[in-house]
Amino acid sequence: MGEVNLHGEWSSPFSYRVIWALKLKAIEFEYIEEDLSNKSPLLLQYNPIYKKIPVLVHGGKPISESMIILEYIEETWPKNPLLLPSDSFERAMARFWIKFSEEKGPTIWKIFVTSGEEQEKVKNESLEILRTIEEKGLGEKKFFGGENIDLLDLAFGWMPYWLGVIEEILGLKLLEADKFPRLHAWIKNFKQVSIIKDNPPDRDRMLIHFSSLREKLLH
Amino acid sequence: MEGENEVKLHGMWASTYSKRVELALKVKGIPYEYIEEDLRNKSPLLLQYNPVYKKVPVLVHNGKPIAESYIILEYIDETWQNGPRLLPQDPYQRAQIRFWASFIQQQLFGSFYKLISSNGEEQEKAVEEVFEKMNVLEKGMKELLPEGVPEVDGNNSGVLDILVTATFGPYKAHEEVFGLKVLDPEKYPLLFSWVQKLNEIPLVKGVLPPHDKLVALLQFMKQNGLKPSS
Repeated sequence: MGEVNLHGEWSSPFSYRVIWALKLKAIEFEYIEEDLSNKSPLLLQYNPIYKKIPVLVHGGKPISESMIILEYIEETWPKNPLLLPSDSFERAMARFWIKFSEEKGPTIWKIFVTSGEEQEKVKNESLEILRTIEEKGLGEKKFFGGENIDLLDLAFGWMPYWLGVIEEILGLKLLEADKFPRLHAWIKNFKQVSIIKDNPPDRDRMLIHFSSLREKLLH
Repeated sequence: MEGENEVKLHGMWASTYSKRVELALKVKGIPYEYIEEDLRNKSPLLLQYNPVYKKVPVLVHNGKPIAESYIILEYIDETWQNGPRLLPQDPYQRAQIRFWASFIQQQLFGSFYKLISSNGEEQEKAVEEVFEKMNVLEKGMKELLPEGVPEVDGNNSGVLDILVTATFGPYKAHEEVFGLKVLDPEKYPLLFSWVQKLNEIPLVKGVLPPHDKLVALLQFMKQNGLKPSS
């Protein structure tokens, strides 16, 4: 079927989504770590329009944009575990929430790059976003995908790891356990999934890296 | 049989997102009931069907609502498998189509929006951005369609045809109101000729908003500093 390569970056939630999807499907791949301050010529050739990671290369053909990569993986390797519902309405619902995560995620990241009044405003917007996800996105389910994780859980994978790093560096708690019990339970369950547990991002390294990033941004 | 395959579309006559869904339904030959929404006075049903965004279009299939136009297009393609396929079957080709759909939606629309909602120097910058992105799209489409745009008719239209139609079909109205030639035939010959072909299709003529009515609405919005929203 062709060799699978993934160009990614150690601190990127977009990169991790793809790693997790490939591992869940037990697809063999070669991982290429990209230095974003010195992008490889291959990366620039594979993703000339955005010049970003992740890029999946299958049999020499590149695919970019993480959620497009995930749908490609699901369609190319339609074996267990299935990572999207088979019912077309349920699938549309999953895609709706994936889009929501993509659109609203950047707002939450803004907390990290702002301060003072602007940060307060973004913080309030973020709380609303999390509220919507808790009540309308996840609801009573164990995982966004139901009994097992699927692409939608991976799309929200920034929450279990990256949100916590931001909260710790900024010294603020956005996702309080008593205010967001369902999301807290989901985060716990997500981290317990064996593929996720065995392939977590490097939290300690991220704390150092993002701390110094925050320093630079504020000065 | 009543209730079996009941399709309703909540839309707005000037909304490019709404038009995408209408085009898809017509291309697939799916009968549907159309509900025109007044965006300044949204129906309780719409708010119930799309509580997260409260926007049009919303497709309601046998009572179940689906929001977000591109998601609706893929839903239509997967649910009604008779008739022309809006997306190819090959996963790599699907990924390419999705890439360009996302580019039009995020990149191009983002820049259009900046263009019509800014002034002076900021607007000049936005104009440059639009032209840059149109370049990227033109180049991308040349690569995707190395033999040029195939002869399109209502029977073989795909998702990209639908997106290009809904976005650029009313280009003359946009030019008239904003005084800017975005779909320039010299800069973007492939996109321009594609839009000409699409605009000739009877199905498209029947769906796109009437020119004068659209110009009047866009003028009104421009004069009152209103921004497009669904």
